[in-house]
Amino acid sequence: MSILDAKIPEGTLEQKWTKFRSSVPLVNPANKRNLEVIVVGSGLAGASAAASLAELGYKVKVFCFQDSPRRAHSIAAQGGINAAKNYQNDGDSVYRLFYDTIKGGDYRSREANVYRLAEVSSGIIDQCVAQGVPFAREYGGMLSNRSFGGTQVQRTFYAAGQTGQQLLLGAYSALERQIGMGAVKMYSRHEMLETVTIDGKCRGIIARDLTTGKLERHFGHAVLLCTGGYGNVFYLSTNAMGSNVTAAWKAHKKGAHFANPCFTQIHPTCIPVSGDHQSKLTLMSESLRNDGRIWVPKKAGDTRKPIDIPEEERDYYLERRYPAFGNLVPRDVASRAAKERCDAGFGVGNSKMAVYLDFAFNMDRYGHIEASKKGLDNPDAHTIRELGKGVVKEKYGNLFDMYQQITGENPYETPMRIYPAVHYTMGGLWVDYNLMTTVPGLYALGEANFSDHGANRLGASALMQGLADGYFVIPYTIGSYLSKEISTKSIDTNHEAFSEAEKAVQEKLNKFLAIKGTKSVDYFHKKLGKIMWDECGMARTEAGLKKSIDDVRALQKEFWSDVIVPGSADEFNPELEKAGRVIDFLELGELMCIDALDRNESCGGHFREEFQTEEGEALRDDEKYAYVAAWEFKAQNQFELHKEELKYENIKIAQRSYK
Amino acid sequence: MSGNMNLTLKVWRQKNKNAEGKLVNYQVKDISPDMSFLEMIDVLNEQLIVKGDEPIAFDHDCREGICGMCSLYINGRPHGPKDRITTCQLHMRSFEDGQTITIEPWRAASFPIVKDLAVDRSAFDRIIASGGYVSVNTGNAQDANSLPIGKEDADLSFAAAACIGCGACVAACKNASAMLFVSAKVSQLALLPQGQPERYLRVHNMVAKMDEEGFGNCTNTGACEAECPKGISLSNIARMNRDFFVAGIASDN
Repeated sequence: MSILDAKIPEGTLEQKWTKFRSSVPLVNPANKRNLEVIVVGSGLAGASAAASLAELGYKVKVFCFQDSPRRAHSIAAQGGINAAKNYQNDGDSVYRLFYDTIKGGDYRSREANVYRLAEVSSGIIDQCVAQGVPFAREYGGMLSNRSFGGTQVQRTFYAAGQTGQQLLLGAYSALERQIGMGAVKMYSRHEMLETVTIDGKCRGIIARDLTTGKLERHFGHAVLLCTGGYGNVFYLSTNAMGSNVTAAWKAHKKGAHFANPCFTQIHPTCIPVSGDHQSKLTLMSESLRNDGRIWVPKKAGDTRKPIDIPEEERDYYLERRYPAFGNLVPRDVASRAAKERCDAGFGVGNSKMAVYLDFAFNMDRYGHIEASKKGLDNPDAHTIRELGKGVVKEKYGNLFDMYQQITGENPYETPMRIYPAVHYTMGGLWVDYNLMTTVPGLYALGEANFSDHGANRLGASALMQGLADGYFVIPYTIGSYLSKEISTKSIDTNHEAFSEAEKAVQEKLNKFLAIKGTKSVDYFHKKLGKIMWDECGMARTEAGLKKSIDDVRALQKEFWSDVIVPGSADEFNPELEKAGRVIDFLELGELMCIDALDRNESCGGHFREEFQTEEGEALRDDEKYAYVAAWEFKAQNQFELHKEELKYENIKIAQRSYK
Repeated sequence: MSGNMNLTLKVWRQKNKNAEGKLVNYQVKDISPDMSFLEMIDVLNEQLIVKGDEPIAFDHDCREGICGMCSLYINGRPHGPKDRITTCQLHMRSFEDGQTITIEPWRAASFPIVKDLAVDRSAFDRIIASGGYVSVNTGNAQDANSLPIGKEDADLSFAAAACIGCGACVAACKNASAMLFVSAKVSQLALLPQGQPERYLRVHNMVAKMDEEGFGNCTNTGACEAECPKGISLSNIARMNRDFFVAGIASDN
C-alpha cells in the first residue's frame, strides 16, 4: 500500500485555486496547435472540455458511442444546477456551497477540490446564459431558483424539468461550433476499447467504429475520459441503456486507480419496478420534493386508496424524523427512510415497495395564493385545486406527464408512488487536483472521476461538477502537463504499443463471438444486477458482501463459458458492444463488493448494517476510514488498496444531522 | 397473466446501408400491457439471440423520452400511435391482443439506414455545426443577471429548445423536410438577446446547410408538428422564414 499525493496547492483554502491558476505553466498558442487531446465521451464534462480546449487552440478529437454527441446521458438530468450566486439574497456564499457539499458527502471528499467547485460554480451559470441556455426566469427577467435536498438556501438554477438537456445542448452547440471550424474532429458511433501507454504515459486509444466494426488507432498527447458513471452495474438504474464503465475500467486495468467504487447513490424518488420485463428505471426529479410531501399509511398493510386515507392516519415520516430539513433531506437519508418504512410493512401499491409523493397539500396552498391574486372571495375547494394544479403544471408538467405515461395513473389526482433506484456513482477513477489519474497524461472528468461528492452527492451538483471540470478546471490544469510535452512529436500509430493494444482488443472481441453458449448477455447483466442490488445496494452486511464476491466471480466464469453473442465483429453489432460492457461490469461489481467489505463504517450512500446509530443513521468511523480507497488492478480478481488521507483543515468534521 | 397480449410484428430488416431490405414477420406472446414498446422488442430479441439468430438492431438509449435516439416508424407513424411521446415512452397498453404492428425505420434520403431500424442522422449535427450556436468562448461571459430576459421570450425560447433532434419531423414529412428541426434552433436563439449578433448569418448558413444535406422543402402540411414528441410549434418555421427573408434583403450580395 502506498499513500497517494493529490498535489493540492499550498496556501489557504480561498487562495489555492487563484494561486494555482496564476502560476500554472502555460503553453503558447503556436505550441498548442501541435498538441493533440483525445476526449472520450460527449456529455457535459466531455463536450465542455472539448469545446474549451479547442477554443484555446489544441487539436481535439472527441469520441462518443451514441449516434450524436447531443445524446450523452447528461441530457436526462432533470432538476437543476447549483451555483453560489446568492441571487435570492438568502445568505448563500461560496463557503456555504462548499460546506453543504462536504457535509452532504458525509465528510469523505477532498476539501480543496470541493472549494474550487464552489468557486467556479457562478461562472458556469454566466457561461451557459451567454450560450443561450434558456433557464427559467421571473417576470422581471431575472433568473429563477429553487431548493434542492441537503441545503437551506435556493441556489438551484433550472429549465423546467429538462435542465440537463438544456445545459448539454449548450455545451454541444459550443462543441459543434468547434467541429464546424475544423478545430475538433468528431467520432460518433465509436467506442473506446483500450488506452495505449507508451513509456509510462497515456498516448492514445483504440476505438471501434460501431457502424463498420473496424478498429482504429488514435494518438493523443493526453487523453480525457469523460465517460460518466457505472450505475448500470445494477442492471436497473436511471442511467441510459448504453451508459457503461468500459472506458474507465480499461484505464483501470492499464494502471489507473479506481477510487471508492462502493460509493453509489440510490435516488429516493423513482418510479417503482413494475415487472420482470423492466429494462430501466425512471427518475422523478428531486425538485418535486419542493412541493411533494412523502408519506405512508400509519397502519401497516393499509389497502385503502391514498385519497381515502385521512390526514391523521398518514405518516409523513421525513417531516417527523427530520423536522429541520423535512422532505428535503439528502438523497441517501431519504432513500434509507423509504426502505425502512417498506421493510417494516408500511409500503404501498401492489408490490408494497413504494411510498407516496403527494402534491395535494401544495396544490391547495398555491391555489389559495392564485385565488387571492385574482381577488376571488371564498373560492370553493374545487376552484382552489384547479388553480393550484395550474401552478404545479407550470413547474413540473413534463415530469407529471412522464409519470402518467409510464404508470397509467394521473398524479394530479392521486399521489405518485415512488421508490429508491440507483442513480449516480460518486466513486470513479482516482484523480489528483489536476484531474489526472495515476497514469500520466490520462485524465478523468465529471462523473467518471471520484473527486467532489464524497460518499453522497447533493442534488443539482452533478451538472455543476461536469461543467466545472470541463469549462473551468481542465483548461488550466492540463497546462501543467502539456507544457512539458511541447517537444513530443505525434507518435506514429504503427508503434508497437498501438499494435499490441489493438491485437488485445481484437482477440477479446473474437473470444466473445467464439463461445457460442446458451445465455444472452442480458441474462448475465440481470443476474449481476440482482446480486449487486441485494447485497451491495442500500444496505450492506459483511456476510452478504463476502457471499456476493463469490457469486460475482462464479458469474464471471459462467459468462466466459456460456454466453452467446450473435453476428460478427465487422458489422454494426449491438450485442457484441453489450457483451464487452457487461463483462466489465462483472469485474467492477466484484471490486465494489470488495471495497464495501473493506470499509467497516457507514457513510453517505454506503450503509453497513453493522455500523449505525441507535436511531438508524449512518455511523462513520473517522479514526480509521477518513480516507479515499483507491484500488490498483494487480491481476484478474486481485486488487491492492492505496489510501489518500482526507484532511479537514477548514471544516469541523461532525456527525451529520438534518434534524 | 390475464390481460397479456399476443402480437404479430412486421419488422424491417436490412443488413447494412447498401443491402436490400424487407419486412419480416415475427410472433411475440404474453406481452404485458405495462411493458414499454422497446421492452417488447427486447423480449423478441432475447428469443432470437438464444436461437442463434441475429437480433433486430434499433437505436435507443435513455428510454425516458429525452435523448432523442429512439426512432421507430410504427404502423405508419413516427413514434407510434400516441401524440407527444417518443417510442421509448410508448407502452403496450396502447395496443390490443392479436394486433399486427408494422415497424420501420425513419425513411429519408438524408438519413441513410445503418442496419435494420437504425439510421444515420449525422446530417442534423452538421446543420448545427453550420450555425446553431452563439459564438462565445468559455470565460467571456458577463454576470448572468446583467442580461434580463422577459419571461415570455424566455419561455418561447425554451419551448423551441425542447427539440430532442430525433428526426420524427423529417420522417413524418412527405418532402423529408428538416424545417421544424432547423427552425427550432434558429428560433431558440432568435428569441434571446444573446442570439442577436449572429441572428441573420445563422439562419442563412443553417438553411444553406439544410439544403446541401438534401432535405426537402416545407409545403405547410403540418405533419411535422403533429408528430413531434416535444410539440415544437410550426410557428417556428414561420419565424425562420421571416428571418431568412430579412437575411436575404440585408445581404450585400
